[in-house]
Amino acid sequence: METLYADEFYFLGLIVLAPLLGAIINGLFGAKLPRKVVDWVACGSIALSFLFALISLQGLIHHARNFEGDGNFGPYLSYTAYEWIFSGELNADIAFLFDPLTAVMVLVVTGVGLLIHIYSVGYMDEDPDKWRYFAYLNLFTFSMLMLVLGKNMLVTFIGWEGVGVCSYLLIGFWYSDAQKAQAGQKAFLVNRVGDFFFILGMFLIFYMTGTWDYVQLGEMAMSEDAQQLARLIPIALPAGLLIFLGCTGKSAQIPLYVWLPDAMAGPTPVSALIHAATMVTAGVFLLCRLNWMVTLSPTLMAIIAVVGALTALVAASIAIVQNDIKRVLAYSTVSQLGFMFMAVGMGAFVAAIFHLMTHAFFKALLFLGAGSVIHGMHHEQDIRKMGGLRKLMPWTHATFIAATAAIAGVPLFAGFFSKDLILWSAMSNAHVFNIEGVMSGIQESGQSLNDMVRELNVTEAPLEAVELVGMSAGLNWFIYLMALFTAGLTAFYMFRLYFMTFWGECRAEEETKKHIHESPNSMVVPLSVLGVLSVIGGWIGWPHVVAYQFGDRVQNVMLGLEKWLAQTFYVSDTYRIVGRFGYGSDIYLLEGLSIAAAILVAGIGIGLAYYMYIKRPELPGIVYERAQKLHKVLTNKYWVDEAYDVIFVRRTLDLGKASYWIDRYVISGFLVGGVSFLIQSLGRVLSNLQSGNVQRYSTYITVALVLIFIALLAAVMFGG
Amino acid sequence: MVELTNMFSVMALQPMLATVGEGDGGFPWLTLTTFGPLLGILALMFIPRDQTEALRNTALLTTIGVFVVSLGILLNFDPSFTDGEGAFSFQMTEQVDWIPALGIQYYLGIDGFSLWLVMLTTFLMPIAVWSTYSEVEEHVKEYMICLLFLQTGMIGALVALDVFLFYIFWEVMLIPMYLIIGIWGGEQRVKAAIKFFLYTMAGSVLMLVAIMYVYLEGGAESFSYAHLLTEVDLTYTEQFWLFGAFLLAFAIKVPLFPFHTWLPLAHVQAPTAGSVILAAVMLKLGTYGLIRYAFPMFPEALVVYAPYIALLAVIGIIYGAVLALVQDNVKKLVAYSSVSHLGFCVLGLIAMTPQGLAGGMYVMLAHGIATGGLFLCVGMLYERRHSKMIADFGGVAKVMPVFAACFAVIMLGSAALPGLAGFVGEFLSLLGTSKSHFLSFGEYLFFPLNGEEGRFLRPEAYHDVYSSHAPHAGVAVAEGNTGQPVGPEVTAFIFTIGAATGVILGAAYLLWMFKRVMFGEVTDEKVAAMPRLTNRELGVLLPIVAMIIFMGVYPKFFLGYMDKSFEQYLDYMAEEVEIAVERSQADEERVNVYARVVTEPLVDDERWVPRGSLWERATTAPDEEQEEQ
Repeated sequence: METLYADEFYFLGLIVLAPLLGAIINGLFGAKLPRKVVDWVACGSIALSFLFALISLQGLIHHARNFEGDGNFGPYLSYTAYEWIFSGELNADIAFLFDPLTAVMVLVVTGVGLLIHIYSVGYMDEDPDKWRYFAYLNLFTFSMLMLVLGKNMLVTFIGWEGVGVCSYLLIGFWYSDAQKAQAGQKAFLVNRVGDFFFILGMFLIFYMTGTWDYVQLGEMAMSEDAQQLARLIPIALPAGLLIFLGCTGKSAQIPLYVWLPDAMAGPTPVSALIHAATMVTAGVFLLCRLNWMVTLSPTLMAIIAVVGALTALVAASIAIVQNDIKRVLAYSTVSQLGFMFMAVGMGAFVAAIFHLMTHAFFKALLFLGAGSVIHGMHHEQDIRKMGGLRKLMPWTHATFIAATAAIAGVPLFAGFFSKDLILWSAMSNAHVFNIEGVMSGIQESGQSLNDMVRELNVTEAPLEAVELVGMSAGLNWFIYLMALFTAGLTAFYMFRLYFMTFWGECRAEEETKKHIHESPNSMVVPLSVLGVLSVIGGWIGWPHVVAYQFGDRVQNVMLGLEKWLAQTFYVSDTYRIVGRFGYGSDIYLLEGLSIAAAILVAGIGIGLAYYMYIKRPELPGIVYERAQKLHKVLTNKYWVDEAYDVIFVRRTLDLGKASYWIDRYVISGFLVGGVSFLIQSLGRVLSNLQSGNVQRYSTYITVALVLIFIALLAAVMFGG
Repeated sequence: MVELTNMFSVMALQPMLATVGEGDGGFPWLTLTTFGPLLGILALMFIPRDQTEALRNTALLTTIGVFVVSLGILLNFDPSFTDGEGAFSFQMTEQVDWIPALGIQYYLGIDGFSLWLVMLTTFLMPIAVWSTYSEVEEHVKEYMICLLFLQTGMIGALVALDVFLFYIFWEVMLIPMYLIIGIWGGEQRVKAAIKFFLYTMAGSVLMLVAIMYVYLEGGAESFSYAHLLTEVDLTYTEQFWLFGAFLLAFAIKVPLFPFHTWLPLAHVQAPTAGSVILAAVMLKLGTYGLIRYAFPMFPEALVVYAPYIALLAVIGIIYGAVLALVQDNVKKLVAYSSVSHLGFCVLGLIAMTPQGLAGGMYVMLAHGIATGGLFLCVGMLYERRHSKMIADFGGVAKVMPVFAACFAVIMLGSAALPGLAGFVGEFLSLLGTSKSHFLSFGEYLFFPLNGEEGRFLRPEAYHDVYSSHAPHAGVAVAEGNTGQPVGPEVTAFIFTIGAATGVILGAAYLLWMFKRVMFGEVTDEKVAAMPRLTNRELGVLLPIVAMIIFMGVYPKFFLGYMDKSFEQYLDYMAEEVEIAVERSQADEERVNVYARVVTEPLVDDERWVPRGSLWERATTAPDEEQEEQ
């Protein structure tokens, strides 16, 4: 076999191709194929894709080892499939990029995707349209892989819209139910609003730089050539903001989060794959992919961080009062995505991707567990009618508790590590990175932005940099406290869900009770794998305060993810001005404090949930009596849906009706009708003249002669 | 894959091709394609009118035959062709004196602009004819003659290079369409037909006057396109009125807001095949006329008109979309969506950037296929339920699953989903508009953004902030850095934002319609009784579905044939516009405009614009491979 070159690494194409072929086979012939074959094609194609991803990972590791760094972009593999659109200077290839960031994403998408495919075999067993389901699911995986593997923004955009349409198809999978079709449509349209901003952002970038290639753009941003940099600086804020708005659509952040809770109408494995593990994290991924652009605008970062923090808090507060098991999880997803955006806004890209990864594990598990419960209870989703399932569904229970512990931040579980990294980043990162200050620094020292950025990374940050940072401390604390509070809320509502579902007496109807059963093996196995991942998945990102107690080798493992991603995020660590609370050996003291606070808050949340729902079950009722108004606000989700309906949807329809009126009565009726009326009238008048009546003609002639005579007379008298 | 298919077609056509390839004086592909349908009419004459099947099959075979012949055009078309003289290069030209006294010639030729529109016509005709098998039962003979006659008119108008000849074809296609709507249409067919006829005539009569004026100004020597383009020198005032006349004729045909009100009526009343041809090809002749005749002939007027045309296009995009949103008649909804889509097309063309042109042309093709497909789907629904009202349907997906899949692909293709046909065109149009420098309202509008504080997208404006390193006047960083006021760029970007809302609305009306028609429970008995697709109907829909996917996945195949023509066109326009702008600034009485055509040279790369005809490439490629080995 000939050697593969880094820019012709065709396994990248195969990663994408496998699910596409699966979708085509199942989509065209699935209705006629035996059900077993459909299962195997669907799962097999994803397994192949996962395999190719592992091969690519191996290739990348090998490549990174020998990588010497030409230019400013880290090690990467790429593959150009074919030329897609050509026009003028636009040169959009279907090309794939595989760098450390993509590697993490691809493994998550194919790995978790594979587990969910296997789970679906059992879950969708009774559905006659299973082939259609799997065709959509494979098509979704294909689109998602396009999204994360794209080498330029256009390929990313193909995937971006592609996942949107697959999500539309899957949410409305049971399309005979108009409500479900409606939910799918809502998801697609809200996403389209985001895409509208996204393409405008893309246009701005293209206008200034003439390229959408991530490698070229990244090198431009990190370039030592000021002219190159000057192309990006003016658009960092506007284009970044537009793209961020696009991300809020896909990743369900304020203001475009409204579609996600409704999206729970789809089959539960779909919620696990699309609306928890993969698609909704696309926005976080994209901002991380464009990390160099995000960091060029401090204002943009502040906006992202604040929006993320607000979303996290708002969604968590709504989750407390939800009673539908899937809706609780949906709001919890929105909230956790808020955490990730917060991390991006802090410049803690590693933390964002880390949380994205662990979240994929435990949230997928929570959804699959919920699916198992729903499956076992014959499509009952209301947690008030559950309870006591601990004994009836032992495997589901065991895995569910692992995932709940992970999301709540119980020490040593996956979510604990990633959430703490975000919290600590909120506290310690130099949030507002004064670009103008850096520029003047460049001016004085003659260094490139790249060097400057790396210099700030050093513990002995220049004094002026620390001063510039000082201004932002207020914002940092605000975000940190919000995040901490939200973390407590998360622990509370997740354990509320857990206790209400699995503890106490079973509140289901007698008829259902008899049939409650553990799910089949094809469902339990993926649950168990994800359960293990929810426990150990975070062990590649230990807190620095712990990791630095060990030697270099152990450190490399304990901080594995950070070291691995550092090859992509040149600027990530820049924002960690670790010196603010002391230098030297105590630099990570702050981290320790942050962790202690987080554990305390999680403990309070869990304890409160235990007290309210196990110890004194009458308490929620009392609280409800006391705080009815607040409860109403929360159960109605702050009336955001209704407000959007009134402000946007109805007004657009009104505009349509008004336009239709204008079309019929003004343009067609008045203008066009007026012209035709004028012409008709003229014709009528003129036709009257030609009556064929000789007397009338002679009258005309006489009148005309008299007029001519008068005119001549006048000309002679006045003209002469 | 397609190249492979083409290779097979090449082999099939080999005996014929032996006489081809000398350029002018070669095989008369264009004449054959244009008048091929007339042979079919001749055959139809001899078939008794009660043998409807034979009539239909003859018409179908004729259109398929014309399509096969038109493949000859495609195979022999050289995308990199330049004739070295004049602004534009036409291939396969045929030039015969027709009325020498007036300088009127029978002059045909084809270039990147017309190539794919001709192919679109010949591709859709068999589909349209095939779709009528179950729809039209009365006067089949006349119907088929009308359709074939229409085809001759449309192809003729696309390939004519003599303006007089163009005008004749332009009028020729009017009559059969008038009859198709008026005889085989719905309840209000007479009203619709008359409205259609009057609107179109009103525009074309003025155009005829304008053509005559230009002809006389040019010394009354020739009606040839090249002659009128280069030899006629008109003052600004003359251009202003002449452009207005051309614009009116084409704007009605497109239709550009507010000249669109004939369209919904005509579409709703026309039979399915009529709607398909009307939307897919006839509307495109309006945009084709703009880009071929109106824009290059009157550049000085164009720079003044341009922002207003763009404004109308943007209004049309939004207006058509919101109107489509509130329609309760499926066919009317699709008709209004045409207004919206054609807005994208005109906006891209008027932007005068390579991407805009490419986008505009691609929207024409994609809209032709996708909207044609939508009308076919609506027709199939109508034949089953005898209603076009959305409320009468619901749950159709359950009853007709295969139809649902085809309809879904066509619908998503029309809603500009990446990977399907509609996306490429709309995206390129918007991109082209966003970098346009052509839409200048004069000195007043949007210029406040350009004052001392104005920094819109101009790196040099950041000079003070990053004084040490930021590019000073010498650095031409962005396109906008030309020393001209930044007004046109701001205008263009505002238009882009406005037009991009059409992307949201486009998804909204199509998805909402689709949901109401296809999803939900089956409540209506008549819907429940709807039969599944017949094989013929599947055969009608599948080529469309396949083409929508192919056009979205491999747009380069189409763009590669057009790129060279775009480049020539923009080079020509850039020169003309520069002169026009200089003149406008020299004249104190006129508002200064700062318009500029964006030209981007093609990379000298064989992959970019393929050299030689497909036929040559297919036959020479193996040799090259051998050499490499």
